[in-house]
Amino acid sequence: MKILVCIKQVPDLESRFKPNAEGVWYSETDLAWRMNEYDEYAVEQAVQLREKLGETTELTVLSIGPERVVEAIKKALAMGCDRAVHVRDSAAAAKDPWQIASIIAAYAKREGFDLIFAGMQSQDRGSAQVGVAVAEQLGYACTTTIVGFEYDNGAITAKRELEGGMKGVVRMKAPALITCQLGLNVPRYPTLPNIMKAKKKEISVIPVAELLTEGALANTTSFHSPAKKGGGVVLEGEVDLLVSQLLGILHEKTAVFR
Amino acid sequence: MKALLIGEQREGKLLDSTYELFGFAAQLGAETAMLLVGSESQLPAYSGTLYLADAASCGEYNPDLHKQLLLEAVQRENPDCIVFMHTSYGWDLAPRVAASLKIAQVSEVTGIVGGGLEVGCCNAKMRRTVKPATPKTVITIQAGAFPAGQPGGAPQVQRLAAAANGRLEFVGYEPAEKKEVDLTKAEVIVSAGRGVGKKENIPVVRALATALGGELGASRPVVDSGWVEHSHQVGTTGQTVSPRLYVACGISGAIQHLAGMKKADFIVAINKDKDAPIGEIADVLVVADVLQFVPALTAKIQR
Repeated sequence: MKILVCIKQVPDLESRFKPNAEGVWYSETDLAWRMNEYDEYAVEQAVQLREKLGETTELTVLSIGPERVVEAIKKALAMGCDRAVHVRDSAAAAKDPWQIASIIAAYAKREGFDLIFAGMQSQDRGSAQVGVAVAEQLGYACTTTIVGFEYDNGAITAKRELEGGMKGVVRMKAPALITCQLGLNVPRYPTLPNIMKAKKKEISVIPVAELLTEGALANTTSFHSPAKKGGGVVLEGEVDLLVSQLLGILHEKTAVFR
Repeated sequence: MKALLIGEQREGKLLDSTYELFGFAAQLGAETAMLLVGSESQLPAYSGTLYLADAASCGEYNPDLHKQLLLEAVQRENPDCIVFMHTSYGWDLAPRVAASLKIAQVSEVTGIVGGGLEVGCCNAKMRRTVKPATPKTVITIQAGAFPAGQPGGAPQVQRLAAAANGRLEFVGYEPAEKKEVDLTKAEVIVSAGRGVGKKENIPVVRALATALGGELGASRPVVDSGWVEHSHQVGTTGQTVSPRLYVACGISGAIQHLAGMKKADFIVAINKDKDAPIGEIADVLVVADVLQFVPALTAKIQR
């Protein structure tokens, strides 16, 4: 059995974002990078399944992007993926979800995976399209936003998260793709021995030109801060002063102390 | 300009958010038709064309089948855009339709600006303007971003039936976990977010809640990490609350959280990050470390 997990490297979301020179995405200057949080759950679920199925199963991790994404790939290898594919693309951030999906689908078509895991969305772009679009391009069964997963001999039972804490249970058969929601499992921290072991694992590099055949269907024309709604007061300074200021406002504007 | 709106029923009930689709179409200045897979007893008050497929035979969640129904409606209506709510139903089905038609999709739209669509990015801290490069577009809109429309009337129903079978078998719904804490009636809620750092710091936030005579709330990451029980979760997948005072401690303000608490009368946010999106809706943003500020505030209130 062959399993693929797709990951993206994203900036630390606590960062302050500034537009790049073209003004259509963020500038990469001064950003720290990490694995997209949703993808950590996807990797963990894929690794758990790989451990359950044993040596006859091979788990591949794929990431698209410039050289820096190798760091995220190494983490996935240290978490337990067997091998990696780095689709090298210095312009990945300028591609739309359809193009990214077509790159993954082109690679997956060659390999014939039984099961593909992905995060439900990226934390930076947040389109929630790529996973489903890959499944459509491959003709795989697909479900999204899962918080529960079971696999038994080609049959998948997944629990989807719906609004208001409700869940929906679905069954489907491989080949299939699922997108993972936060809370699906508890992603492991790579241990030092596993980090060392991961250094020996294979990372194949594929230039993006080998896989990309599609043009963009949508274009970003501007990247900017949200319009400030106004009205809100921003308090800054020393803690004691802040406490007095806030209590003053609460006494004046709310009834909580009456 | 013509918009095909995709309505939504859950367990046989029309979702209120379906009316937000009409609000979006009105802002777009578009003529409308609607597709709904559901029961006939719960149709929207709307006098246009309604393509109706029966949920009893098509299921409420059967994406392969719903996609076929939608493509049929697209063929009959030839719309310029196909509009979903950005819900667990919408974000699941929309990319399937976009891929089948090989047209652009713009996700979780928050506004219409100068011929483009505005969407959030970077955890809602930033915005992008997106322009589709295809004649038709699939759009999902953010819940609460567009005021609900009130079209009124009774729809002209055209029935659709699906021929194919889906590859997904829908087993059933699981109800939400029972709420041990009813936050919906609380007058004051003090919520903990990831910014509190670790589970051991939750009592700091709980102490403020107690000092203010309120309840403890929590954001999703805090609940997922097991720091606070799910029954305290505020947001789309937790409880929707409207207290007189809401204090958000170390909560950045993901849209799913904001949707659950923005109706509070007065919102105080305590956050180290001055640019955190919670600042957009807070009446007061205190730029400070939760672990320094909150104990000081609690002590002063208790005095």
